[in-house]
Amino acid sequence: MEFTSRGLWTMIHGMGFGALYLMACSGALVELYRRYSRRNNAPVADADETFLRFYLIAMAVLAWLTVLTGAYVIYPWYRAVPPPGISNLTAFPQRLLMSNPSTSAWHSIGMEWKEHVAWIAPISITMAAYVAVRYGRNLKNHPELRAAVVGFVWTSLIAAAIAGFFGAMLNKNAPVAGGETIHFIPGGHL
Amino acid sequence: MSAQHPSASAISTAHFNGSGAAAVLAASSGSFLLAVLAILADQSGAIKSFMIFSKATGPLSGVTTCAIVAWLTAWLVLHLRWKRRNLVLRRVNLIAFVLLALGVLLTFPPIADLF
Repeated sequence: MEFTSRGLWTMIHGMGFGALYLMACSGALVELYRRYSRRNNAPVADADETFLRFYLIAMAVLAWLTVLTGAYVIYPWYRAVPPPGISNLTAFPQRLLMSNPSTSAWHSIGMEWKEHVAWIAPISITMAAYVAVRYGRNLKNHPELRAAVVGFVWTSLIAAAIAGFFGAMLNKNAPVAGGETIHFIPGGHL
Repeated sequence: MSAQHPSASAISTAHFNGSGAAAVLAASSGSFLLAVLAILADQSGAIKSFMIFSKATGPLSGVTTCAIVAWLTAWLVLHLRWKRRNLVLRRVNLIAFVLLALGVLLTFPPIADLF
């Protein structure tokens, strides 16, 4: 079992940070609805308040790690320009996709949308985390601010889901590969 | 004295919705600006070249860095102005969600290419 270093970074970015962030979004939405619904008149406990603050801060860190590794580690490999005369474009995913009319839209729509919309996720969740930290249990007294937080978490989820979907499809059609080979489990042992 | 003042200040400002409103409006403005900068970099060769802050990442590096700097600056300015105020949040939310929706829509290439 082996990975290339670029493949490993792609997994860290997509399946590590990105997928974890998407799952965390649904958890945050459930927690916000459960805690601040109009039917729930119980006061917010200290432990619950602290938990939500750290949960949203962790989400913000995760979202920033996802976009930063995507833009500054993986994207340069994706958009690398092949030297003249190269016919095998396997190591140049963007050019590989654009070389075939049946896959070019994965770049022109998929990557072009993903590379920009993804940044709305960390911006939105940073705002939600800030409001949760600043207002804490007082958020219960600010229904419109609460609505904004829930709306931004939803937007963050949508933006991350768009980026995640296209990231998975792009990697399926033209994987970012190459670099050093990392051996996890030697073959022939099973 | 110094240990008590910050918490007292935090409790009192938590009664105002101004700093929350600043965060909401700044985040939506930043998202909208990100989409606008992406369109500008796509349409203008000069802006595209200017936005190449990192050669490896290309214009995306400048577009996102400028949007983040603008977002944080707007946030700081609005926070300083609004932190001890109560605003009509319904209006702020409406503007914010329009900007946020436009931000998401304008990053969609078939829509961005209309400009």
